[in-house]
Amino acid sequence: MTEATNVIPLRPPTERRQQRSLLGDAVRRFARNRLAMIGFFILVFLFFLAIFADVIAPYPVDRADFNAVRVLPFTNSAYPLGTDNVGRDYLTRLIYGARTSMLVGLLVPLIGFSVGVTLGALAGYLGGTMDFIVQRLIEVFTAVPPLLIALFMLSVTGSGVGNIIFVLSVTAWIESARLTRAQFLTIREKEFVTSARALGATDARMILTHMLPNIITPLLVSFTFAVPAAIFAEAGLSFLGLGITEPTASWGKMVGSSIGNTIRVYYHLALFPTILVALTMLGFSFVGDGLQEALDPTRSR
Amino acid sequence: MGCPPNCGLASGKPLHKITRFEHEPISAISTNALLSPFPSVLYFMINFLLRRLLALLFVLLIVSVLVFFLMNAVPGGPFSLGERGYTPDALANLERKYGLDKPVWERYLNFLRGAVVLDFGDSFAVAGNPPVTAVIARVWPITLHVGLYTIIVSFGLGFIFGLVAAYYRNGWIDNVVTLIATAGTAVPNFIIATWLLLIFGYQIGWGQPSKWIIPPILGTGNAILSWDYFLPVITYALLPLGLVARYTRASVSDALNADYVRTARAKGLSERSIMFRHVLRNAMIPIITVVLPQIPNLLTGSLFIEVVYGINGLGKFFVTSITNKDYPMIMGLVLLIAFFWSITYLVTDILYALIDPRIRVGGRSRA
Repeated sequence: MTEATNVIPLRPPTERRQQRSLLGDAVRRFARNRLAMIGFFILVFLFFLAIFADVIAPYPVDRADFNAVRVLPFTNSAYPLGTDNVGRDYLTRLIYGARTSMLVGLLVPLIGFSVGVTLGALAGYLGGTMDFIVQRLIEVFTAVPPLLIALFMLSVTGSGVGNIIFVLSVTAWIESARLTRAQFLTIREKEFVTSARALGATDARMILTHMLPNIITPLLVSFTFAVPAAIFAEAGLSFLGLGITEPTASWGKMVGSSIGNTIRVYYHLALFPTILVALTMLGFSFVGDGLQEALDPTRSR
Repeated sequence: MGCPPNCGLASGKPLHKITRFEHEPISAISTNALLSPFPSVLYFMINFLLRRLLALLFVLLIVSVLVFFLMNAVPGGPFSLGERGYTPDALANLERKYGLDKPVWERYLNFLRGAVVLDFGDSFAVAGNPPVTAVIARVWPITLHVGLYTIIVSFGLGFIFGLVAAYYRNGWIDNVVTLIATAGTAVPNFIIATWLLLIFGYQIGWGQPSKWIIPPILGTGNAILSWDYFLPVITYALLPLGLVARYTRASVSDALNADYVRTARAKGLSERSIMFRHVLRNAMIPIITVVLPQIPNLLTGSLFIEVVYGINGLGKFFVTSITNKDYPMIMGLVLLIAFFWSITYLVTDILYALIDPRIRVGGRSRA
């Protein structure tokens, strides 16, 4: 051991290796994760279906051909994936189902997070009475499982896409509020917050420009898990026949209405929507896991 | 953290003295460091319990107010539903009979007066108008039965799977466990239920819906243990099984890599003694905290599984009560479920505090 090994060589900043940003690092780690990339491509495909449903679907959603009721798949070239109980092209229904799922899956967490993050931030930052109120609110809403609340609320509002989104948003804020509050409580005592306060930052500025950007990572991860949860809830309620009303296509409803004595003959009515629902859930959970690992390198494994 | 006057830290002795045994006579240690923490823990627990029970009552009250007034805000009561075709006179008579002609707040106060002594009134929609509590007592055992089997299967198998996966990490068992865990969390259970019923139910004849009318415990219906439970329990167990397996695998493999396990190996302990004495003990903590919140879910039943398999349990009953606008039934079921969940949160919090004394109850939010 010579003394020279203990000296850390100092190089001027210009000669340093190209600097990696946090985001660039995360993207690189994400791209290296095979499962996460598979999930990512599944999601790209589903969003493509949802956005361009009008262009790629071979028929209008509600066009029923009464001469071709319950055509089996791969038997009729006009209807490659067969038709449903009233003669609507199944491929078209499946494509439009993606639109319903994505609409509910994105809007519900968006509404939920905008309410939840606001409440959680106020509770965590202000503490005191505000914190007390928010905590009691969370307690009341977690006393009954979200699905039962949604079911009950649906009986009050009636069904339909807009009502489904509203009803699911009623409980969608809880998780984000809890998360934001807990994160705010831990970073409230950090040095950068104290120094910002010493510099005379206003409350709004403290929350918006100093504290929120620091908890964006857990929020993002939690968001990617909230999307499949909302899709699951919509599919489930529609499956029970309480969610989306006809003519709107919904995978959950398609599975639900396929169940019966004839299911073993007309297997396609249940098979295709189940594959799509499973694919969607897998896609989001792969991406969620990948994001979690990419954004938080301290999580090993 | 406030410290009550009789707790160890405030007893006047500086902390470092307590830990330096050679300078401290035995009796002094026992009175200061060992005995005095107990009253403080007790004081803390009683205080905490009282506060939480008060909060529980408050939550139940708010839930009942919200549900009652929302329920009654919808136009059309239970008797003007669908095509029952009551004449206006008959409708008015029915509503008078069930007290629906009174203003909402008066009905709520009536409900509250009954609810205090666990009397939720009589069901509107169930044949013969039995009391709500009697209906719940008849329906819940069915759900409990399925739930208990599910708990045994999912927790038991999940724990074993997780343990084996952690021990033979990255082997084929590990991959299979990961696959089950992913499938259980990713594929909605009503879809799994549909397909299992499709493949096994109609073919082999397991799980005939007509059998589920009478709770197994009371005799006649299903046997206590029969193949009819197989499909619902498997479907229901998949999600908690995956969860338990995943957490067990993570915490056990963390413990296997810990320093104290290496020390134990170096001492020459047998693998079995290392596993049971050292690894499992420490790995239990995170597992318990994940497992416990799953229990109320399993005991109050899943809507989807009960609907798909035609099990006449609590979850299915909730759906039919809501579609029938059976007001007393809805109130009874919602309050039962809310009570059950709140109690579980309470028990989980107490266990957290008991298992890991570092967690002080006041600062923790629910997991």
